[in-house]
Amino acid sequence: MITAKKVTKEYSAKRALDAVDLCIPKGSIYGLLGPNGAGKTSFIRIMNQITAPDHGDVYFGAELLRPIDIARIGYLPEERGLYKKMKVGEQVLYLARLKGLTTNEAKSKAKEWFERLEMTGWWDKKVEDLSKGMAQKVQFVTTVLHEPELLIFDEPFTGFDPINTNLIKNEIKRLNENGATVIFSTHRMESVEEICDHIGLIDNGKVMIEGNLLEIRKHYKDGTFAFTTRTSISDWGKHEVLSQKEDPMGYRTVLKAVAFPKDLVISLSQKEALVAFEEVLPTVNDIFIEIVKNGPKPWNHE
Amino acid sequence: MSNPIFLIIQREFLSRVRKKTFILVTLIGPLAFAALMIVPGLLASMPEDNKRIVVLDEPSLLLPHEGKEQYTLEYLDPRENDLELAKDLLRDSEYDALLYIPSGENWDPDFIKNNILLFGKEDPSMELQGYLDYLLEEQINQAKLLKNGVDPEIVAQIKTNVNIKSFTLGEEGNDEQSAVPIKMALGYITGMLIYFFIFFYSVQVMRGVMEEKSSRIVEVIISSVRPYQLMMGKILGIGLVGVLQFIIWIGLSGVLYTVISTLIFPELFAEQAAAGIAGNPAADTVGLEVMDMLRSVNFTTIITGFAFYFFGGYFLYSALFAAVGSAVDQEADSQQFMLPVTIPMILAIITAMNVIQEPNGSLAFWMSMIPLTSPITMMIRLPFGIPLWEVFLSGAILVATFFIVVGLAGKIYRVGILMYGKKVTWKELFKWLKY
Repeated sequence: MITAKKVTKEYSAKRALDAVDLCIPKGSIYGLLGPNGAGKTSFIRIMNQITAPDHGDVYFGAELLRPIDIARIGYLPEERGLYKKMKVGEQVLYLARLKGLTTNEAKSKAKEWFERLEMTGWWDKKVEDLSKGMAQKVQFVTTVLHEPELLIFDEPFTGFDPINTNLIKNEIKRLNENGATVIFSTHRMESVEEICDHIGLIDNGKVMIEGNLLEIRKHYKDGTFAFTTRTSISDWGKHEVLSQKEDPMGYRTVLKAVAFPKDLVISLSQKEALVAFEEVLPTVNDIFIEIVKNGPKPWNHE
Repeated sequence: MSNPIFLIIQREFLSRVRKKTFILVTLIGPLAFAALMIVPGLLASMPEDNKRIVVLDEPSLLLPHEGKEQYTLEYLDPRENDLELAKDLLRDSEYDALLYIPSGENWDPDFIKNNILLFGKEDPSMELQGYLDYLLEEQINQAKLLKNGVDPEIVAQIKTNVNIKSFTLGEEGNDEQSAVPIKMALGYITGMLIYFFIFFYSVQVMRGVMEEKSSRIVEVIISSVRPYQLMMGKILGIGLVGVLQFIIWIGLSGVLYTVISTLIFPELFAEQAAAGIAGNPAADTVGLEVMDMLRSVNFTTIITGFAFYFFGGYFLYSALFAAVGSAVDQEADSQQFMLPVTIPMILAIITAMNVIQEPNGSLAFWMSMIPLTSPITMMIRLPFGIPLWEVFLSGAILVATFFIVVGLAGKIYRVGILMYGKKVTWKELFKWLKY
């Protein structure tokens, strides 16, 4: 859907993006991750053509990004807001028409969304009279109303209350199932782990790692295993114990094994002490810390 | 797909025109304007408080002069009163002031003129003093003339009032009577109006930019349209609001003036008109002269000039103000940038008097070429008839500068609207130009 090739953007002293190569597959839910100031928003603004890259190209589908593509993108910026004195309905129509919809198209689509999100009756209210949660829903509707092929959410869940967060997560999933490509940009990596299928990790303007989330997590697995046992066991032989705590099923022990701990699994099962056993894949957070510390791990495809 | 800039213009225009404050200001504006025209006339026609002045006139200099409408002079008998008695009288009576004219020795006019005293229960007004000065001077002059054996009648006949009629040399022999006072007034009023409107609407542009920035909607908008389009849409939309307001104001003022003059105060205006046409001969010539002067003013030029310089000045300044608005987070922070931006306009207003006195001087010329002052200064000069090439040159400079400034302001705007929580310095603004 979006392909960035060697995209570089500099602000006076700082290089916000440094030869960034990214590929956001069509139909994916893509997590654009990285700490604050990593360059996520700079990249998003380039996709939205708010700014232009100093070097490099961005492709939308197979073609270079054009001004007209703006109508195919829905963008919820981190800094969001609405005209306070304007009526909700007028505002939704205005923003939709800026994206190229006709008044009638915008009206009928807005009606649909207002019903779906239980917002009917808000049409003639002024934004300043809405609660924060209500304004967030309006903001969401304005982002998706023109049925964009690409949806970009910058820090989507900050400022949303838990009920709205859930509601909106579900709506986003539905839009994705209907064919929209979704980009989440956030520094709270754990918040998107369950929802994203692809990620790109950026730090200091550089792409650290990018690809299918599951593959990446598999690639970065480091021999961490979790055993849940009926009773507390203290002797784990040569394996390094990372954590141990009681849980509803017994005692959960996470350890780092040098190799696959086959013997442990066998002996514990024979003693009928083992309730559950799993390999723990690293979280995105873990991977990020690992990469920042030790650099990316080379892919050696067998 | 319609051009988004029209949508922006439409929103800027409608959201302002539909506001209650717009409707209020637009309707009250002409009322205030009409009041400005009517009230002074009304006040002048109202009877004023009568002041009674008691006069102790030892040399019988003023006697039996009774004063005029506001000031009644009443005389004490100098044989029965002296200054102390008169002061007591003032204290205990309803008189407002006491005028004491001593006779001195020999009734010497030079002694008298230096020793006249005026006492008031309150500070005597400047107007009263002026009036008494005038009366006394007249009487003392006459006394002196008589003393030197000159008949005051002859002096009155000799006294000449020079009345120069000035003309501007016309091209084909039809010289026009020059109309400096009318032109001065016209230049000054239109210049002030331009200043006021440029400032009024430019500040609205700045507020609008700041509103979008502080409400954080701006990033949503500029992901749909170019920042430049948003800025220009705002400037044009608010400019249209100004046009509408003008048209309503002019129309309503006219209607109001007609209504008031024909229905409410018909006798007042009839009087004025009668005085102008058939009343005393002095009023007659003044009226005709004013008519002549008005005819010599080229109103087409002035109206066209006003429209051009209003828009030129407004576009130029509103672009600057938009850049200022984009660079700051709160209105309070805007002061440091606004002052340097408005100084040229203030300069043009300060020098307005000099320009009026010498509309073709070099100060006037240069101020009407510099684009930041030309809308005001050129407007002041226009009624005086300015060589066409100067008008076109100044207009061309203004338009050219507008395009340059809009480009630069757009660059600052583009960066500024996305910059939060940072106190911006001038140095930084210049850096943004290079982003």
